[in-house]
Amino acid sequence: MLEFLTSLPTLLHSAIVFGTVIMLGALGEILTEKSGNLNLGVPGIMYIGAIAGLIAAYFYEVQGGGTNQIICLVVALVAAFAASMAAGLIYSFLTITLRTNQNVTGLTLTIFGSGVGNFFGCSLTKLAGGQPGQIKVPITNTVFTAYSEKLVKWLDDLTPHIGLGNLLFSYGFLTYVAIAIAIAMWFFFKRTRSGLCLRSVGENTATADAAGINVTKYKYLATCIGAGISGLGGLYYVMSYIGGTWESLGTIEALGWLAVALVIFTTWKPIRAIWGAYLFGVLYWSYYYIPGLDRSSMELFKMLPYLATLAILMIVSFRRKPEDQPPASLGLPYFREER
Amino acid sequence: MDNLNAIELRNITKRFGPVVANDNISLQLHKGEILSLLGENGSGKTTLMNMLGGIYFPDEGQVFVDGEEVTIRSPKDSFAHGIGMIHQHFKLVDVFTAAENIVLGLEGDKGKLDKASIRKAVREIADRYGFDIDPDQKVYNMSVSQKQTVEIVKVLYRGANVLILDEPTAVLTPQETDKLFKVMRNMKKDGKAIIIITHKLHEVLDVSDRVVVLRKGQYIGDVETARASQQSLTDMMVGHSVSLNIKCPKAEECKDRLRVKNLTVLDKEGVKKLDNVAFDAFGGEILGIAGIAGSGQKELLESIAGLQKLQPGAEITYISPEGEEKSLVGEDPLDIIHDGVLLSFVPEDRFGMGLAGSLCINDNVMLRTFRRGKGNPFLDKKYPAGVAEKIVNDLEVVTPNNNRIPIRRLSGGNVQKVLVGREISCNPTLLMTAYAVRGLDINTSYTIYNLLTEQKMKGVAVIYVGEDLDVLLELCDRILVLCGGQVSGIVDAHSVTKEEVGLLMTQFRKEGAENA
Repeated sequence: MLEFLTSLPTLLHSAIVFGTVIMLGALGEILTEKSGNLNLGVPGIMYIGAIAGLIAAYFYEVQGGGTNQIICLVVALVAAFAASMAAGLIYSFLTITLRTNQNVTGLTLTIFGSGVGNFFGCSLTKLAGGQPGQIKVPITNTVFTAYSEKLVKWLDDLTPHIGLGNLLFSYGFLTYVAIAIAIAMWFFFKRTRSGLCLRSVGENTATADAAGINVTKYKYLATCIGAGISGLGGLYYVMSYIGGTWESLGTIEALGWLAVALVIFTTWKPIRAIWGAYLFGVLYWSYYYIPGLDRSSMELFKMLPYLATLAILMIVSFRRKPEDQPPASLGLPYFREER
Repeated sequence: MDNLNAIELRNITKRFGPVVANDNISLQLHKGEILSLLGENGSGKTTLMNMLGGIYFPDEGQVFVDGEEVTIRSPKDSFAHGIGMIHQHFKLVDVFTAAENIVLGLEGDKGKLDKASIRKAVREIADRYGFDIDPDQKVYNMSVSQKQTVEIVKVLYRGANVLILDEPTAVLTPQETDKLFKVMRNMKKDGKAIIIITHKLHEVLDVSDRVVVLRKGQYIGDVETARASQQSLTDMMVGHSVSLNIKCPKAEECKDRLRVKNLTVLDKEGVKKLDNVAFDAFGGEILGIAGIAGSGQKELLESIAGLQKLQPGAEITYISPEGEEKSLVGEDPLDIIHDGVLLSFVPEDRFGMGLAGSLCINDNVMLRTFRRGKGNPFLDKKYPAGVAEKIVNDLEVVTPNNNRIPIRRLSGGNVQKVLVGREISCNPTLLMTAYAVRGLDINTSYTIYNLLTEQKMKGVAVIYVGEDLDVLLELCDRILVLCGGQVSGIVDAHSVTKEEVGLLMTQFRKEGAENA
């Protein structure tokens, strides 16, 4: 027990790193689903964001010999965001304009994204020498994981036993960006007219249309920007989580599905995604810190985030609070002149 | 020169595939008048109005607002020209408050959602026209009439000068209707022009200044309401004279069919929806059930059909034509159907129970017949197809080409005909219908009245939950009046007056306790 307690700060630390990946994925998906689009392509989009960011950084830094940290940062961010948005655009075009089935389209996008990611990831590995893990983008990696050591040390000194500085401020900037996005999204949904319009599109598309809201525009924008945010989750994974390389073990996909589960867990509320993501992280990593587990029981423990989602689903359906339900038009195509 | 027309439509034509919904229609709406748009189901009233509301775009023709030609391509354009349409199915977001729904889609100042000022503006409109509205109430907590109020305030908030109301009274109680008409008159005084689509002739005569009649997508004519009568309007609408008398012949013998005693039903919150209800129904008679909407009509029928949880002590005894007695309490709904007790309930959305919107007519009929031929693993498709064919022919269901398109693509009236026709085709011994003619035109309503009477003459016990008191008085043999879940009286339909029934409907009512 004592052993577990002393390892608590480490557990929380890895939970926050882990949580940030799925938080970004989930936040993008919340934005998407608020427009009524159920995009199950989140894992694929995270793959695409990850590989695009990595390729851009690799070509700037390793092939091009660039050393400017700011450019590293911008190049990776822009590439990841733009490529993910492009994936969102594919999904939007298919489901909104051509009205294909959203579930099928989303799942296809996941398969497509993981294919694209691993194809280019392995090509890049070959380019870098052929051994897995040989891609290195050290400068970009540094930028994405940099934090103020002064601040951390100062706080750690103040709280010697807990190490608050290390716990709160020893992460790359995307960790805080994710939290900021969550808060900004909450503000957008609740306090702005556009947010109200977006929510109405997801709740009752015909009503939004009759109110003069450009349904197609909102759906496209929410889905593409949402995909961009989800893609940042993938970027965070390659740049911070695994340290600026590529691995084709399918972890991104697993995390992507966890992000989709997190959306349900939060009952479509961005603020809940913050602590929900960290909670998922704690639940996911708890096996590592509970002593005496063998390999098979470790796998059982990894199931915990999904069990938590299931529990929330049951509680929500038991309470029947309309505010906790998914957007009412989620997954439904919209065609104005249909009778 | 001042233009007197708020709206003018010139030679509007709209087609849906091969169907011409509106054929070369011209129509004027004067400023400060209430215009009734009258027509049978499928006569193209809603289609025509949807072109003003920006939902459809006319294939041919011109639209003038205040004398200037305009193009309305979307609801936004419609608002921009000061036209506000209140649709039959409310266009509200359930999880939003009244105020949020009212400002939905508006720019506001710098995109901010300033709830206090919105609330104030809503209150101002409410006071001006006499609305009763709470800006912070969530729509899912509202009654139908409150939702309608939100819809109307919404278009007024947008500064609409022309209001289009699509069958606004279909879901309202008589009192709520009166309230609505009062508000409409206030708006008229304020200079707004209003178009109201309705089937109820007495409402047309009551509230409007002028009536425009459409029939099968064509403009038949307009008439000053002061110079119109129910008879003259019906003639214009249906093209040939329809007798307003509903036949109510006496059956040769009346047999006991159903005995209900001590029937009490609670809702989820433990409120009594039915309170100690007792009555008898006889084969060979139509028992009408009158009452303000939500007085327990639905619960009563569902209790008999085995769909409600009854409080202990309830007795529902079914007596078969052969004289055998059987308790229906605790029976499986399927067994009750096999006994010949059939229920056709027409809910507000027409699909809630009974029909599957994505299935075709044949398959919807099959929902009742698929259990025939036990032991045969394959579906018998021939039998339901024959039944469907008969329903389509007998009730004049209008379907494009064949019976194989999803039923939700049919117009509401036709959907309803299929539902009622199917229940009758099952040879019931006790037939319960609720709101069977809701939203139907007069011709079809009469077809349904005749069908019910035909069933009665065959010895079937018919329970008819209705909204229109005139119809109840003429169609039924006896009328049971429900009031707040209690039976406030069972009266002889031939000797009672409308006022007496109306009084019974409101008798047990506590002040302001019931809002639905």
